[in-house]
Amino acid sequence: MIETLQEYLQYDFVRYALVVGVLIALCSSLLGVTLVLKRYSFIGDGLAHVAFGAMAIASVLQMTSFTYLMLPVTVLAAVLLLRTGNHAKIKGDAAVAMISVASLAFGYMLMNILPTSPNVSGDVCVTLFGSTSILTLKKEDMILCILLSVLVLLFFIFFYHKIFDVTFDEDFAKASGTKVNTYNTLIAIIIAVIIVVSMNLVGSLLISALIIFPALSAMRLFKSFKGVTICSAVISVLGAVFGILASILMGTPVGSTIVSVDVVLFFLCRIIGRIGGKG
Amino acid sequence: MSYISAKDLSIGYDGKPVLGEIHFQVEKGNYLCVVGENGSGKTTLMKTILGLIPPINGRILYGDGLKKNQIGYLPQQTELQKDFPASVEEVVLSGFQGKMGLRPFYKKEEKKQADLNMERMHIGGLKHKSYRELSGGQKQRVLLARALCAANDMLVLDEPVTGLDPKVTLEMYDLIADLNHLGITIIMISHDLDAAMKYSSHILHIDKKLFFGPTRDYQSSKQGNDFLQTLKEEEDD
Repeated sequence: MIETLQEYLQYDFVRYALVVGVLIALCSSLLGVTLVLKRYSFIGDGLAHVAFGAMAIASVLQMTSFTYLMLPVTVLAAVLLLRTGNHAKIKGDAAVAMISVASLAFGYMLMNILPTSPNVSGDVCVTLFGSTSILTLKKEDMILCILLSVLVLLFFIFFYHKIFDVTFDEDFAKASGTKVNTYNTLIAIIIAVIIVVSMNLVGSLLISALIIFPALSAMRLFKSFKGVTICSAVISVLGAVFGILASILMGTPVGSTIVSVDVVLFFLCRIIGRIGGKG
Repeated sequence: MSYISAKDLSIGYDGKPVLGEIHFQVEKGNYLCVVGENGSGKTTLMKTILGLIPPINGRILYGDGLKKNQIGYLPQQTELQKDFPASVEEVVLSGFQGKMGLRPFYKKEEKKQADLNMERMHIGGLKHKSYRELSGGQKQRVLLARALCAANDMLVLDEPVTGLDPKVTLEMYDLIADLNHLGITIIMISHDLDAAMKYSSHILHIDKKLFFGPTRDYQSSKQGNDFLQTLKEEEDD
């Protein structure tokens, strides 16, 4: 088994795939804590469906890289959805459900009416569940992925304390002079970027798992925001590395393999948390 | 000029007034209690003072060196915070955020000041504890320490003793009174009229008829006596 792995790792494109996978995993885990705590988990799912719709349009238009259309559309949707803010939960809920189902239906219809390849259901499957193998990623997508990931990381480090402030207590933050609306919009934009980037790795239906599982796992083990953030990044990267390697070895689809590993890690963390008396 | 003054103020949500013709002043060092029945608009008034919602009519003037966004605020605990992973230190330090602008990290002095504020609230030993595992009284002290990081001159407290047992309630009131003696101006929304009478310097009673004045005058006013009476009757029921 190890020999097979070594053989694969000799190839540049396998190593690049691992680097991209790790970067995506790292980014997607960072805002997971905020999303879970702000009760925004469902927004990740909705945005991923919007990204699916945009991807369908991009593929019909035969754009060279789908990201150029997906990114602005998803960012716009994120800003519009999060603008309702903390105080309009039910309205926000319904809006997300509407937009997400509509994009899904619209995207699927478009891909069927104007097929760009003879295998439409194959294409749809790839967009929903991610590439069968991360190794088939286009080089252009890969470079864009790396750039966006680095951007997300820098944003997170720079605004880490502000993100804590507006997540923990929005009213207090506002009363003491923090520009809460600006930061909420920024967070929304970054979430959209993360979703578009993660689409390459796990596809639109599995993105939420990538964002939420590491955060929930880390919350079983740690008590401080810093601890949870770091732990969730580590768990997410571990999940991605194991997932990618396992998918290469077993020939399984990469997205669902990573998510499966994340699920296993979650239950492990739960058990450890129980034993440690913190869960 | 007063710290805060309001004249012919009317407040509410989304352009719909809840309460009108409000007038009051808060001077430096005052301890103002805002009392009134549930649903009378106490919380709305507080949010207006804090600048969280705009007034419908009239204005609140901030003077004597006080700025609108430099008021320390002790909100009621939210549902979200019950399972929020955060250490006491992280929560207290976040009080500085409003003053930090775009600066991403805390300065050494701010960390020192946060330590000092935790000591003042007698929670120095809890610094690395998890916020969600604290008792109700300890949580309130943490939030008070955070409010002190946000502002040195004025605190707005929203029902600070809700859900606390009698002993801890008393400790909390003493702590707030101590802060007031040190010169910090207090505005407190309260259900607890007895405590309001005991600790406050001024009372703002919001109802169909408004009362604003020194606590002594309120005690001898008809409105004050009537309200005390209704509260007593409610307790007896």
